[in-house]
Amino acid sequence: MIYRETGQFKTSYQADQALFPIAQDRYVIFAALIVFFGIVPFLLNEYWLNAIMLPFLIYSLAAIGLNILTGYCGQVSLGTGGFMAVGAFSIYKLMIAVPELGFIPLVLLSGLITAAVGTLFGLPSLRIKGFYLAVATLAAQFFLVWMFNKVGWFFNYNASGMINSPPMTLFGVTITGPEGDMTAQYLLVASIVAVFALAAKNIARGRIGRNWMAIRDMDIAAELIGVRPLMAKLSAFAVSSFYIGMAGALYFSVWLGAAEATEAFDINQSFLVLFMIIIGGLGSILGSFLGAAFLVLMPILLKNIMVDGFGTDAALAAHIEIIIVGALIIGFLIVEPHGLARLWRIAKEKLRLWPFPH
Amino acid sequence: MKITKLTRHIAAALLALPLVCGSAGAYELTIPSLDYRTGPYAPNGIPFANGFGDYMNMLNERDGGINGAKIKLVPCETAYNTKRGVECYENTKGEGESGALVYQPLSTGITYQLIPKASVDKIPVFSMGYGRTSAANGKVFPWVFNFPATYWSQATVFVQYIGEKEGGMANLKGKKIALVYHNSAYGKEPIRTLESAAEKFGFELLLLPVDHPGQEQKSTWLQVRKERPDWVLMWGWGVMNQVAIKEAASIRYPMDHFIGVWWSGSENDVLPAGDAAHGYLSGAFHQPGGGFPVHADIRKHVYDKGLGLGDRDRIGEVLYNRGLVAAMWTTEAIRKAMEIHGTNKVKGVHVRDGFEALDVDEARLKELGLPNFTIPVKISCENHEGPGKVALQQWDAKAKKWNLVSDFYEPLRDITGPLIEEDSAQYAKENNVVPRICK
Repeated sequence: MIYRETGQFKTSYQADQALFPIAQDRYVIFAALIVFFGIVPFLLNEYWLNAIMLPFLIYSLAAIGLNILTGYCGQVSLGTGGFMAVGAFSIYKLMIAVPELGFIPLVLLSGLITAAVGTLFGLPSLRIKGFYLAVATLAAQFFLVWMFNKVGWFFNYNASGMINSPPMTLFGVTITGPEGDMTAQYLLVASIVAVFALAAKNIARGRIGRNWMAIRDMDIAAELIGVRPLMAKLSAFAVSSFYIGMAGALYFSVWLGAAEATEAFDINQSFLVLFMIIIGGLGSILGSFLGAAFLVLMPILLKNIMVDGFGTDAALAAHIEIIIVGALIIGFLIVEPHGLARLWRIAKEKLRLWPFPH
Repeated sequence: MKITKLTRHIAAALLALPLVCGSAGAYELTIPSLDYRTGPYAPNGIPFANGFGDYMNMLNERDGGINGAKIKLVPCETAYNTKRGVECYENTKGEGESGALVYQPLSTGITYQLIPKASVDKIPVFSMGYGRTSAANGKVFPWVFNFPATYWSQATVFVQYIGEKEGGMANLKGKKIALVYHNSAYGKEPIRTLESAAEKFGFELLLLPVDHPGQEQKSTWLQVRKERPDWVLMWGWGVMNQVAIKEAASIRYPMDHFIGVWWSGSENDVLPAGDAAHGYLSGAFHQPGGGFPVHADIRKHVYDKGLGLGDRDRIGEVLYNRGLVAAMWTTEAIRKAMEIHGTNKVKGVHVRDGFEALDVDEARLKELGLPNFTIPVKISCENHEGPGKVALQQWDAKAKKWNLVSDFYEPLRDITGPLIEEDSAQYAKENNVVPRICK
């Protein structure tokens, strides 16, 4: 009853093609936007904004990027960490070289650079699939991190190979560097994520997205009905890398503030983002957010409950946390192999019929 | 034994809960301890954290804290992971009435993250002998202290030691020295110094990176076997150390020509290689062993009451003493801050002043129950590195004991000085820092 769309007549093509055709969905989205932009930044303290909300949003953006490639186009990638590194090192070099362009154009530019690199590493996907492609993208991961660690030009010949994000302002507010205003940082990242999440949702349901899904479901059949694999696969790599590159740029410049290639962008990053979309749900934008929330918030939440709530020894809590998160991942995947997004879809079906399930 | 320890922890946690809630009111000195008891670096992180915590607990039990103000130690698990370290920092910086007084990040990666953040939050960072070497320049880094010596000083000391063993610095010409290093910000720190030294003394430098975590080093040591360097230096940490020493033993590399940084010279690192590790050298800035009066106090006031963080028989291990000496300098800085500002209710800003005026000489060490334990340290506005002196210790596999085998060397300041100036100037330029003027 709650989710019944009875009576919502669509009288124009515009209404029929809306991003969220069901009124209830629109209300939920508006409510979420109001909460995230109007309430959260004023309610939460610095710790919550910086240590919890920022990584959650940035990983969501990276997960959306990987979901475009893996969830929508069916190309498995283990190169996420490497592509995030491309975004991070691009914005570092750009912030030093052309700070006058302004921060948001620099983020977009880093995304574009990453898109170019991603397309290049996407070329093998035209010949190889599945696990073999995963290995090829793994090579991208190792090559890129090795390069950023080895070639001094990327980190301005710093003795230790570290990059530091120099201070930059946006509308007169400092957003990067140590004196960055946390509320402004949060609002900036939240805006970028909101805009590009909507864009991703739009791309995914349009012609390009349908091409991707056709390739994913059966590439030979897709080719027969006129989808060009070259364009579809490479555009998926480009768009996906664009998102991941932006996520990498924000991850380094806004959140961490300093990074070294081998530690911040190692293979574990790639796995982490891949697990996010598997747990959240492949081929779902909502799933990217849910997966990121699960893997970023759950460990911190567990830690805070155990250490601050029960006064558990910090090391013991860390061990228990690993066990619980592992068990939860297995548990969720047994209950719902299609991820958390699928749970929401089922809940929606149930709500439509409620309270008369038959 | 595992289970009893677990139950003990749970019991201690439950017992501690009302105590924590009940003790609100009195001014407590919050000192976060970013330790790592999990992950590939845990074997080294655990003894350090135990030494650090035991010393603080001993002060609480024996003297009732520092000048009567109790220390509240806040452990936070980082697993040597930078992101978790930052989360720990944000989580603990506002803890208690005093706020965090000082951070000991215990990881070069986390130190790099905290340097800009802590400067803004006005909390000193005490990266004892690690982290960003150019932070020795107090004019650019007023909030960071890396005494008693930096990696760069240490690298020049190793070069001097090698020169001495080769019969004079002139004999270094044409020699080949390899550096086996952790391929991270930490391991790369000494490269620039060693390159300068190689240029000056005419030896050849061979760079051999080992990727995190360093379990796999076969190819590295094959290269050592092929190239036959006269000396091998190592900047390793965690499991990398044990593996390197075992691999060196397996290619029969002479151990007395193999020198590790002071983070590559603990019992954990040499014991797995057994007798083959005999003669292995490493840097040091304090004595090993558990026979100092302060250790007796720790046993009496902490372990006898069941408050010890680790095992009683591991008191006095190299890394335990490292944690202990870190705690000693930290608490002395807080004591100094109380003295300067005339109050027990110190905050991070005051503790910074305490660090900058820190002067722990031999007489004071004796009072603290640590006679001849380490070098006297005196910090000033422009010099945050302090003495910069380093000695070498050698492993005796038969007695299972580390022994100091050299005097404390002065670093080659003509090499490190210009490099520190250059690197700190670059940081200042990139981050718009105006160097302050020291009177």
